[in-house]
Amino acid sequence: MSSYTIALAGNPNTGKSTLFNTLTGLRQHTGNWAGKTVVMAEGEFSRGDTTFRIIDLPGTYSLYSNSADEEVARDYIIFEQPDVTIVVLDATSLERNLNLALQVLEMTPRVVVCVNLIDEAKKLGIRIDLEKISQRLGVPCIAISARNHIGIENLLDQVEKVANGTTVPTPVQITYSDQIESKLAQLELLIEKTLGSRFPTRWIALRLLDGDESLLNTLRERMQKPAESFGEERLTHGQTVCH
Amino acid sequence: MPSISIPLSDALIGSHICLDRIDVQGILRRRLLDLGFVPGNIVEVMQKSPLGDPTAFRVNNTIIALRKEESSLIFGEYVGSDET
Repeated sequence: MSSYTIALAGNPNTGKSTLFNTLTGLRQHTGNWAGKTVVMAEGEFSRGDTTFRIIDLPGTYSLYSNSADEEVARDYIIFEQPDVTIVVLDATSLERNLNLALQVLEMTPRVVVCVNLIDEAKKLGIRIDLEKISQRLGVPCIAISARNHIGIENLLDQVEKVANGTTVPTPVQITYSDQIESKLAQLELLIEKTLGSRFPTRWIALRLLDGDESLLNTLRERMQKPAESFGEERLTHGQTVCH
Repeated sequence: MPSISIPLSDALIGSHICLDRIDVQGILRRRLLDLGFVPGNIVEVMQKSPLGDPTAFRVNNTIIALRKEESSLIFGEYVGSDET
C-alpha cells in the first residue's frame, strides 16, 4: 500500500478544479470570479493499492512573486515537494499555458503535463501533437477532458508511474545566455553550501538573479524553522472554496 | 524597408501589431510577459473604452485591457494588410 501526494497547477480556468472534482468525486463548487481558489482544496482518492492525496493549487499564469496566489502555488511545489505535479493546460490556448509548464519544469522534474479541454480544442479544429510536446518538454503529456471523463485513466497511469519511479522524466532545461549561465554556476555553489540539495538549486539561483526578494524572505523563514509544516489555510472534503 | 515601431497606445483599432519591445518594468512587466505580451507575438487592437482609455487588446486568444500608462510602453509594427 503506497500513498502519494499530487499537486494540480495551471492557469485560471483550465479546469483544474473540474479535474480535482472528477478525481476525488467531490462536487466542489467552482466559479469564475477573481481570487476564487485563493485557498488550496485538498482531497483523497484510491486507485488499486495506492492512495493519492491531491492538492488543488490556486490558478496562476506564473509562479513568481506577483501575487499571493502565485506565492502559495510556488511555495507548495518548492517546499512541500509533492510526489507529482500535474500541470493542467488549456488545449485551446496552449501557448500561454506552456509558459507555466516551463516554470514548473524548472522547479521539479516530477511533472505530468495534462492537456485539458481536448474536446473543446477538437471542436475548434485544433490538433495537438502530444508526442511532440512530451518529447520537447521531456515529461509525459496526456490529453483529457475532465468534464467528460476522457483520458482520466491514462493520466492516472502516468501519474502513478512518475510517483513510483517507473517513469523518470527528464524535463527540458532552458539554457540562458552565457553571462547568466556563468552567474548561475557561481550562485549554485553558494546555494548548495547554504541549503544543501533540499531545494532545486538552479531554480533558486535564477530567482536570486531576478531579484526576487519575497522568495529570499520565505527561504529565510523556512531555514529558521525547518521542521514546521506548511501553515496555509487548507480545505478538506466537503468544504467549499466559496467564502 | 524598415517600418517604424509604434506604441500600442497609438495603434489603430482593428490593426494587428507584431510586438518588438516591452519597456514596462517591475512586477507589471513580468505579468505582461506571462499574459503573452512578448516580442514576436501578434496583438490585435480590439476597441477603446468610451472615454478612450483603457483599450482592449487580443493576445493569445485572450482579451486584455491596458491603460495608456502601460500600452504606451509596449512597441511593435503593423503586420498583415497594413504592411507597407
